[in-house]
This record gives sequence, C-alpha cells and structure tokens, in this order.
Amino acid sequence: MNTEYLKELGIIKGDEMILNMGPQHPSTHGVLRLKIHTDGEIISFIEPHLGYLHRCFEKHCENLSYEQCIPYTDRCDYLAAMHMNHGFVMGVEKLMGIELPERVEYIRIIIAELQRIASHLMAVGTFGLDVGGITPFTWCFRDRERVLDLFEYLCGARLLYNYMWVGGVSHDLPKDFIKRTTEFLDYFETQIPEYNQILTGNKIFIERTADVGVIPADVALNYGLTGPNLRASGHSYDLRKEEPYSIYDRFDFDVVVGEGTHGTLGDCWDRYYVRILEMYESIKIIRQAMADIPNGDVHEAIPKKVKPPKGDIYTRYESARGELGFYIKSNGKNIPSRVKMRSPAFASLSALNEMAEGWMMSDVITILGSLDIVLGEIDR
Amino acid sequence: MTSVNNLFEFIKGIAPIEDTAIIWVIAVAIPALIVFLVMAVNALIAVYFERKVSAFMQDRLGPMEVGIFGFKGGRKFWGGIGQTLADAIKLLTKEDIIPADADRKVMIFAPFFIFLAPFLTFIALPLYENVIVSNFNIGILYILAVSSVGVIGVILAGWASNNKWSVYGAMRAAAQMISYEIPIALSLMLAIIVVGSLQINDIVQWQADNRWFILHSPFAFIAFFIYFVSVVAETNRTPFDIPEAESELVAGWMTEFSGFRWALFFLSEYANMLIVSVVATMVFLGGWLSPFEIVNMPGFDLPQPFLAFFTNSVTGPMWVLLKVSFLIFVMMWFRWTFPRLRVDQLMYLCWKVFIPFALANVVFVSIWELIF
Repeated sequence: MNTEYLKELGIIKGDEMILNMGPQHPSTHGVLRLKIHTDGEIISFIEPHLGYLHRCFEKHCENLSYEQCIPYTDRCDYLAAMHMNHGFVMGVEKLMGIELPERVEYIRIIIAELQRIASHLMAVGTFGLDVGGITPFTWCFRDRERVLDLFEYLCGARLLYNYMWVGGVSHDLPKDFIKRTTEFLDYFETQIPEYNQILTGNKIFIERTADVGVIPADVALNYGLTGPNLRASGHSYDLRKEEPYSIYDRFDFDVVVGEGTHGTLGDCWDRYYVRILEMYESIKIIRQAMADIPNGDVHEAIPKKVKPPKGDIYTRYESARGELGFYIKSNGKNIPSRVKMRSPAFASLSALNEMAEGWMMSDVITILGSLDIVLGEIDR
Repeated sequence: MTSVNNLFEFIKGIAPIEDTAIIWVIAVAIPALIVFLVMAVNALIAVYFERKVSAFMQDRLGPMEVGIFGFKGGRKFWGGIGQTLADAIKLLTKEDIIPADADRKVMIFAPFFIFLAPFLTFIALPLYENVIVSNFNIGILYILAVSSVGVIGVILAGWASNNKWSVYGAMRAAAQMISYEIPIALSLMLAIIVVGSLQINDIVQWQADNRWFILHSPFAFIAFFIYFVSVVAETNRTPFDIPEAESELVAGWMTEFSGFRWALFFLSEYANMLIVSVVATMVFLGGWLSPFEIVNMPGFDLPQPFLAFFTNSVTGPMWVLLKVSFLIFVMMWFRWTFPRLRVDQLMYLCWKVFIPFALANVVFVSIWELIF
C-alpha cells in the first residue's frame, strides 16, 4: 500500500465534500479546526483553522513583570510546562547576565528530562488512541501519573508549575526526591518494553502507521519542523547537542534519529518510535545528573528585582515538541517591551497538508497524532 | 413440530378462549417477550463484563460504586454490580433528541430496524437441544439472511441524521457488513456440506456422533478462524470498529442518536455478539456437548459416572454458556488490545484473503469428504 495507489484512485473524481473536523472533535488534540476537502475517503486538501485557544500570551507579557510572565508560559504548552518555564527563564537570565549556581542547573535538567518523559508518554498514549488502541493510552497515563506525583512532591503543582524562576527554582529538591526518582526510573525502564509489546510491534499498528504521512528530511527542514518530528526524518538535529544550553554538554546521551524500520524514512511509525527511544535517553541523562548533583542554595542567585538592561535576546530551547524560541526585548523596565514565542508545534502543523494529501480520513488522524501538537502552544 | 406450535396447542388446552387468532397472538408474544428479555439481560451482563475486562486490562477498577438491592461488593471484583442497570434506566429516561434538519420519520424508524435483525435471528437460535423458539429446517440460512437486515437500518440511521460523520460511518458499516457476510457464509458452508443439514440441532447431533466440527479436518479449523475474525468485523468491534471509530468519526452512524434509540443500538450490538458466539459454539465447538467427551478416546477412558455428570441436560446449557462466554471474552480481549485497521485494509483482508481462502476451503473439504 503506497501513496501512488491512492492517488490513482483519486483520478476517478466525484464531487468534493468539505468536512469540518473540530473544534470539538475527540482527536484533534485540543480545539483545532480542520477544514478537509475530501473525495469520498480520500483527502485532497486540508486547511487548518487556528485561534480557538488564543489567549494573547505575547500581548499579556507586555503588561506583566518578568516574574508574572512565567505562569503564562506554563499555560502555553501545558503538557511540557517545565520546558516553557525553562526556556523563558533562560532568556531573561541571559539578558541580565546571571550566573546560576551548579545545583540549580542540575535540578533544572533533572526536572526538564522528567517532563520530557511525561510529555512523550502523553504523545505515545494519545497516538495509540488515535489509531484505535485504548489500552496503551491508559498504560501511558498510569506512568505519566507517577511523574506528575514527583512534580507534586517537588513543588505542589501537577500540571502548571511556575517552578523555574529567574535565577533559580522555587523549591529545592525535597528530602527523598532523588530516591523516589530513582525508584521511578527503575520501574519505568521495565515499562517501555511493555508499550513495545502492545503497540510498537503490533502488526495492525505497523500497517496503520508505516509508510503513512512520509515527510523527507529536506521538506521537513523547509517547513521548519524541529524536535522529534525532524529527527524521525533522519536528520540529526538536537539543540541539546548542537548548541548545548544549561549544562547539557556534560552528559553523555545519543540523539535518536528515525531509521525507517518498517517503511519509508520519516513516516508516522518513525515519529512514534523516536519518542519511545528518546525516553530512554532522558532516563540516561537523569541518572547522570542525579549521580553528581552538588549541594548548594537554590535561591542564591535570584535577583531582588528582575530588571534587565536595555537590549533583546533570542533563546532556543529543545522542548518535547521541538525548538522552542523566546525573543525577549527589554527597554530597561521591569516589564518586557516585547515577547515573541517560536512555537514548534505550529511549524509541525503547517506541514500537515503536505503529509496528508492523497491519504484517507483515518490517516489524517494518524498523522496529526504523530506530529504531537499542543493547541495551547500553537495559539498561545 | 415447532415450539410455537407446541405452545399454541398447550395454550389451547388450558385457556378457555375460543378464538384461535388470540391464542396465536399469545403463543407468539410469549417467545417474543422471552427473546427480548434474553437480549436485555445479555446486554446488562455483557456491558458489566466488558467494563470489568477492560478495567482489568488497563490497570483500573472499573465500576465500583453502584450496588443493587443493598449489595455493593465493596472493593471486591464484583463491586459496582448495579452500574449497568442504573445506566439503562438513565438511558431510558434521557431526552430523545432529534436534530432539526434530520429526516424525522426515518430517524425514529431506523433504530427499530437495526434492533429487528438480532431479534428475529433469535427465533432459529437454539440455546440448548430444545430451547428454541421455532426449529425449522433452514436454520443457518435463516440466521444468515436475517442478520444482514441490520445493514439497511444502519444506512437509514446514517442518512437520516443529516450529518457528514454519520454518513461516513453508515457507508463504511454497510460496505463492511455486506463484505464480511460472504466469508461467514462460506465458512459455515463447510458444516453444511459435511452434515448435510441446515438445522443447528442436526449439526450438533453430528458432532455428538463424530467429533467437534473444529476437529473435523484442517479446513474446518481454518474455517473457524475465518468465521470468528469475520464475525468480529460483522459486529463492528475493534480491530474492525471502523464504522464507529470514536477517534475518527466521533461515533459514526450513532452520533446523533440519544436516549432510548441509542440504547437500542447498544442492545443490538451486544445481542449480535451473543448470536455470533452461539452460532460459533453450535457449529464449530460442539454446542452443548461436554469437552470431556472428546477426551474420551479409546485407551484414554474417563470413568462413566464422571462423564455422565458432565453430559446430562443440566450441565449441557452450562457448557453452552461457558463456551459462549469464552468467545465473547476473546472478542473483548481483541477490543482492548488491538488498534484499528484502516478501511481499505479491512476490505483487502476480506476480499483478497478471507474469501479466496474460504472458497478454497469449501472445495478442499468436499474432496476430503469424498476421500474419507
């Protein structure tokens, strides 16, 4: 089964039907509206309509002090809120030239990688749900729950943390945190093979996802795809390696790239499997970071007043969905003059039509699920 | 002599009614009521069973709160035993919504059409040797014919809803259900060729005289496999739940239905599961025959009293129930572990894999019968 066959079918053209998918639809991953031009089951054109979750994040930031902006970043990508915190805070720190204590850097990396696991679990689980398997979804949620429990133990919040502050973090690691995280990682490493058993190796799953929604590396680069979606196309690009922010250069981990195991390079199966493998890499990083975390005061470098000097900065951050960018412009006051966010999921969504054209209705759901978009981040 | 006739004679004997027409109505209404009760009770139990099975597979507890007659079960496995009954009452008391642009008459009529198919099928479906509404001589043909009536109801329901998702679901369902009837009929054909009768009682009698039909020949085994996978598709369950794929089509042709009408869909879905499992049990798995009978081979004798206990008319229905429950459990097992196929892959499976194999099966089993 390949695209050509379906395109041949499309030659026998009937009347086009315009199908309105969303904003209320079980698998548009939020309030996305897709206007789908279909010929029977076959898709000829997809037009995404955005803005149903637009909350004026960027405009709000122009009226709020830097500390007050951080909770707003939480609400952009609510599935990887720690990454959003981290990305924004890093920008402000660079603007102010703050030297962070070692302990803060280590804590941030442990938390960010835990968040990556939680976010990828969500992606894998909902992708399973999109192709029709309900059990993988609940299994992934069961394990994601344990990460959220750790975060709750850490800072009291389970979804929107406001944990990373300019110059530090809100709470030091609690007493047993390292022990509990080690327990979780030991448990979690045995769980990933279970996902592989129920989903990754399933014949039906491979039939549904392999060769579907292929995006070659060059096209992916043209659309600005980043993160797991780009790496699945075989292009090794990870900001944690390319431009190591924080202290990522101290850790030993691999950049996972897609290999086209069950079909063409850059298909839905690759995008799914890259996420599974990245969870192993995150486990590796967390273990290393926990092994040599130094002591220290996490509130040491927090400035009394966050008032960056005049200037602007663009920071790049490898979030769970790709390259997250924050452009922050300061005019010397305690509120930013302009904040602009580069959303990785927005770029991914823009490639949807390219991937889905000529495929069937069910494949749109598969492709959308494999891109792992979060509408909060796209609409901002 | 069929059962309805027996009932007619029986009522005529005891009731002081002269008019035979009234007696006929009573004689037909009683089995109809019983069939309806069987369907309703089956749905109640099966839904609870399914929720518990899914909970077990997904590391959850399932329904735990709602009790019945003051019996709750606590945090035991059977907790929440009254949940489906409460759900049924909720469904029956819900507002019946018909969208403004829908085709009113068809939309009201369609659920009953869908319900009709399993309801009529039960007439020729024996649950035990003589537990059957009417034992006529074209049993299997009748079951196959009547169970395909439901497709019309599905198309009506999808079209009347005036919703694009419903139409998608209905068209997919129609294509799927009609296609999969062919491999089902072809695999049941094997039993008919070997036994030489369309009556389910005769087929089970043949199995009592010889052996379970699934063990008849390698072809019969393949036929059972084809039959079982095809009926999963026929009843629109995962991995073949393409017509009502909730992540794609919201709820397919059921999207716009609510309350009692939707409850009828639910009732027929679970009744269909029961029907196909009963047919599989009767035709392939020896019906009410005990599995201990196939162990009873020369040189491997089981003690006579033991055998007698497991093969009498009391334990017979128990075996039917056990086999049917197992098949239903396997269907649920499929549902909670498999992803869903795509519509073209489903058609590929039917037309290019199952139908050729089933046809070859029919030819080979005929040759087998000629040789042995």
